[in-house]
Amino acid sequence: MGIENSLGDGFLTTKVDTLTNWARSNAAWPMPMGLACCAIEMMAFAAPKYDAARFGSEVMRFSPRQSDLMIVAGWVNYKMSHAVRRIWDQMPDPKWCIAMGACASTGGMHRCYGVVQGCDNFLPVDAYVSGCPPRPDALLHALMKIQDKVRTEHSTKLDS
Amino acid sequence: MDMELSETLQTVVDGLSDEYSDQLIDVYQSSGDTFVRVEPEAIVEICKFLKNDHHFIYLADILGADRFTSQERFEVIYNLVSLRNRERLFVKVWLEEEEPTVDSITDVWKAASWHERQVYDMFGVRFNNHPDMRRIYMPEDFDYYPLRKEFPLLGIPGSIDLPSSTPDTE
Repeated sequence: MGIENSLGDGFLTTKVDTLTNWARSNAAWPMPMGLACCAIEMMAFAAPKYDAARFGSEVMRFSPRQSDLMIVAGWVNYKMSHAVRRIWDQMPDPKWCIAMGACASTGGMHRCYGVVQGCDNFLPVDAYVSGCPPRPDALLHALMKIQDKVRTEHSTKLDS
Repeated sequence: MDMELSETLQTVVDGLSDEYSDQLIDVYQSSGDTFVRVEPEAIVEICKFLKNDHHFIYLADILGADRFTSQERFEVIYNLVSLRNRERLFVKVWLEEEEPTVDSITDVWKAASWHERQVYDMFGVRFNNHPDMRRIYMPEDFDYYPLRKEFPLLGIPGSIDLPSSTPDTE
């Protein structure tokens, strides 16, 4: 059942870039940064009905050292922003970030002094998901967008 | 003044007007609740009296309010419950805008500690003799009181630090 079955006896030519990106995009392990009600939808995203395993993202890693994709699910207040940034800094490169829901993207209904008006104020966000909370399929869509992005990246560089 | 006080609350109000006639400013009812406004200087005395003599053993909450008036701008509201008598009583004090200060009632109910810290955090009302008069939500070095009416909804830009986005260069 391995890949050699579909390849037959022949061989495959490809670019290192493509191979790396193929591997990376199909094994984006999420760091579930569940801060509010969006985290419930994020659980549904990983659970059997919506099944993030189809995209290789079923392994929710609660350790930032083992994860590639941070899903900021919920509103971030100023106190929490320092913890979120710290966890982000602990994640090894390459890494991606999804701002899930209205609150993580813009502050949402929390239009007040204590909440950061969008986690892109302190994180480099790759994909924003609208909704309050978004449905799990919307999060899957964001994941697929991230995969598209990873697949078009130049990931291999020559050492100079 | 038209009031429909229950028997026990009537005893409480009578007791207050007997013992503290000089400190009792107003008694009124609104939305089915009973409110008593007293002089801020007597708040500890009156709380002790209500707890010991009228069984208000449960301090449910302490609230602050910004009345936004030129006189006696700030209000502190004590929400007292007597579980045995199934009664609730609100005690209020009004404080001046300049350095609003009132005595802490942590000696009467220990639960008051965090409630008073929150009122301090949000309105800048200081409580004398409080064991730990620090902010409870906002950062220690925050210069403003967010629930005052003049405070902008979205806060003062730059008053709370965001994390550094280039941590390696710190």
